[in-house]
Amino acid sequence: MAAEAILLRRSHGATALQAPVPLEAYRGDGGYEGLEKALSMEPGDVIEEVKASGLRGRGGAGFPAGVKWGFIPKETDQPKYLVCNADESEPGTFKDRLLMETDPHQLIEGCAICCYAVGAHICYIYIRGEYVRQAEILETAIREAYDAGVLGDNVLKSGFKLDMRVHRGAGAYICGEETGMLESLEGKRGQPRVKPPFPAIIGAFGAPTVINNVETLCNVPHVMTRGAQWFSDVGTDERNTGPKLYCISGHVERPGVYEFPIGVTLDELLEAAGGVLGGKALKAFIPGGASAALLGAEHSHLPMDFDSLAKVGSMLGSAAVVVMDETTCLVRAVQRLAKFFAHESCGQCTPCREGTNWSQLVLGRIERGEGRPEDPDLLLRMTANMSGTALCALADACVGPVRSLVQNFRPEIEEHLAAGRCPHPYRPVFEETA
Amino acid sequence: MPETEVAAAELPEEVAGAIDELRRHYPTAEALLLPALHFAQKHWGGWLPEEAILAVAAELDLAPAKVLGVVTFYDLFHQSPIGRHRVRVCTNLSCALRGGQEILESVKRHLGVGENEVSADGRCSVAEFECLGACEQAPMMMVDDEYHPRLTPQSAAEILEGLD
Ligand code: SF4
Ligand code: FES
Repeated sequence: MAAEAILLRRSHGATALQAPVPLEAYRGDGGYEGLEKALSMEPGDVIEEVKASGLRGRGGAGFPAGVKWGFIPKETDQPKYLVCNADESEPGTFKDRLLMETDPHQLIEGCAICCYAVGAHICYIYIRGEYVRQAEILETAIREAYDAGVLGDNVLKSGFKLDMRVHRGAGAYICGEETGMLESLEGKRGQPRVKPPFPAIIGAFGAPTVINNVETLCNVPHVMTRGAQWFSDVGTDERNTGPKLYCISGHVERPGVYEFPIGVTLDELLEAAGGVLGGKALKAFIPGGASAALLGAEHSHLPMDFDSLAKVGSMLGSAAVVVMDETTCLVRAVQRLAKFFAHESCGQCTPCREGTNWSQLVLGRIERGEGRPEDPDLLLRMTANMSGTALCALADACVGPVRSLVQNFRPEIEEHLAAGRCPHPYRPVFEETA
Repeated sequence: MPETEVAAAELPEEVAGAIDELRRHYPTAEALLLPALHFAQKHWGGWLPEEAILAVAAELDLAPAKVLGVVTFYDLFHQSPIGRHRVRVCTNLSCALRGGQEILESVKRHLGVGENEVSADGRCSVAEFECLGACEQAPMMMVDDEYHPRLTPQSAAEILEGLD
């Protein structure tokens, strides 16, 4: 699969923290031409172009970006907002960090185009609180953009006015959920709201709001400069279009961010990343972040796109691929994820608050060798009660790995129960292999 | 809030000034709460004593209980003193697969502290942390705002030794 870098084209190499591309260099390389083009069009036509590209949200849910923009009411007395979701916190996911660190203007340009298209004059980039350096990089780039007349009262001399701010979170995964993010932006605990109403109608400060992920917005300048047709020609089919950043981590030789047309297979991705660490065999992988169902090695040839993964009960999510080799204890791995969700549950809904914690407790006792024969079915019953019964997607996010452990890897649980202990070799501290 | 009366401290000028700067960018004063708490925490040496919480509440015209509710919700706000350096070790899945848990144990042993404790010399406080968004650098930890990638127990110890 050919891999022309689009999103990462200025990021020379995928992992190291490096000096971000300054505005001048960004412009010299065709940057902000997408914004110029958008400003020369009618806002509604910009939305149509993004719709035609088939660009789907890169934050997890995969909702078409142009359609989302189209929900913003045109005639309203209220201000409108864009909130860029830079609250990347899902284990295994680090692509947005890289985009912000290395090429901040690509994001600023994407945000500006979106604001113009929907008629928003304020954009908040809500960035996770731990990303201190990245927030500083963005702030520097935003200052550059103001000084160059790319932001401010007269964006690129078009008469369009745009204010852009970086807003730091304070360490809560749930603020990545869009209504939790709005609550947090408004200065509250980041507890998700009941939907509907959706943010497009009642969002930040009670006004119409678009919320898009960093990677989604970084795609937008390229849709404008190269056109919807080009974009939709990249990828698996018309529902899975465009370039995509895949994060790969865990037991892999060269963990990092890799750019591929959407629909790359794990085999191809692993090849790019040097294969399974130490040449061991692949046991399982998570294709789309901590909330996706675990799949076995037999699925490594599947295109990792929205629809192919859904067909086998998993999902593309944030395209964070976590690789686990043959020595990995999957019970322990899933217990760690359940512990994460239990820690991050905002506590509003009983099935989520109790279910996430109970999941990690049951998995913990299995791992310690104190599991009961009925535990696998208990886990299935619990996840059935958690699924679709809570206010936001966090409860279901915990269901993904837990249920797939029982459904796809039940013998591994049974082994624990039969042995009365964890049958897997203890994994030693990582040693440099190079 | 505990029973004892704590007077609301005056918000130090630089913090109040920084908050004022932000006002025109937000439609409500309440939206300044997270930025205000970040500023205040920095000013008060990395944590938020009661007087700081009261001062922020007064500045933004919010009930102290409301501010406290926000402080307790977020992991990055602290209500007790922390060490001069904050050591956060990620033990989430990508890090765990490459030894994150062992790094945490070795860091705690090296400093002679338990979870969320401050070392006897006041230098470091250690916390197990959820994914820090640098999973390709696993196992990793953050010391203050800096990432330290691909740790071994030895390299982690050397980093800690190098702190003032
Ligand atoms: S599902 Fe969980 S995280 Fe979401 S609102 Fe309910 S309790 Fe909070
Ligand atoms: S899992 Fe450790 S930084 Fe993401």
